[in-house]
Amino acid sequence: MRYLSKLALAAVLMVAAVPAFAQSSIQIEKPWARATPAGAKTGAAYMTIDNKSNVADRLIGVSSDVAKTLQIHEMKVVEGTMKMREIPGGLPVPAGGSVVLKPGGFHVMLIELNQPLKAGETFPLTLVFEKAGKVSIKVPVEAMRASHDSMPGMGHMEMK
Amino acid sequence: MRRRLILEVVSASVVIAAAGLGVAFFSLSGRTHINTNTGVVAVGGPFTLVDDTGSTVTEKTLASKPYAIYFGYTFCPDVCPTTLLDLSRWIKDLGPDSEKLNYVFVSVDPERDTPSLMHLYLSSFDKHIRGFTGTPEQIAKIAKEYRVFYGKVPTDDGGYVVDHSAIIFLMGPDGKLVTAIPYQENDASALAKLRKLAAMAPRS
Repeated sequence: MRYLSKLALAAVLMVAAVPAFAQSSIQIEKPWARATPAGAKTGAAYMTIDNKSNVADRLIGVSSDVAKTLQIHEMKVVEGTMKMREIPGGLPVPAGGSVVLKPGGFHVMLIELNQPLKAGETFPLTLVFEKAGKVSIKVPVEAMRASHDSMPGMGHMEMK
Repeated sequence: MRRRLILEVVSASVVIAAAGLGVAFFSLSGRTHINTNTGVVAVGGPFTLVDDTGSTVTEKTLASKPYAIYFGYTFCPDVCPTTLLDLSRWIKDLGPDSEKLNYVFVSVDPERDTPSLMHLYLSSFDKHIRGFTGTPEQIAKIAKEYRVFYGKVPTDDGGYVVDHSAIIFLMGPDGKLVTAIPYQENDASALAKLRKLAAMAPRS
């Protein structure tokens, strides 16, 4: 009897755990990077991060062999002055919501590029989330364009 | 008991002092704000710099035409290429009027932005845009003349990024501010301002 109740408890715990695990999926949509101007040592990668789970997550790290250093940045224009900062503690991704990385907002900054980013090429990028763990993607490089008026998905935080 | 009171007074003073510092910081940041509506702010003035071909340039180099001037740096991954791409598109849209203006990209990162790097970088944008750089002192002077804020911010990897004004100043042929294009202005409004500026060009 005691054994059975333990088994039942274990079963209940497993059932409870499985959906939570299945839902903690992060999906990356429309990743892209702008082709870099000649001689540029830096670049930026953009994307939409969808959090399908009911648990808030956080992008805490980024790695790739495309550049020596990768950082998660926020760009803000305050009273006409551009301020770019690494986001301390990572970029929060709300439960059931999404975060848009786009020119003029959040971006993954690629510092000391190993080679220029050329339109038509792709490079690998690994995103590390606090809860969901590692997510590896391929980032297509698009032709140089200003893009803020031609890309869908305006707004920094889009709650679904 | 008395000791606790002293402690509380001391910690309250620290909080008040910190708040005061915060206010001071904000008023300092506010100083860099430029009202683009009045057009009466004294922006612009004499400078000596070097262009992306290695030639010495001064305010007289630009005096023949009205000009658009933007401060940035090549290490900038987001706002500078975005602005230079916007400007390149507008220059193209201006058509023949584009020849009536000068366009200048001034580096706020003179330590990294050599004339040859500026030249290479600008080859990716409209050919009308010239690059100006100089010694840190020369850059500090022109930034002061144009009331441009810029400041180095160290990054974790031992490098630095540069905060800077994200405004394109539109200057008349007399070197005085006419108006400005803020970051991510829509195409129609930016083009209207550039056309108005082109109309100020002396007839040649």
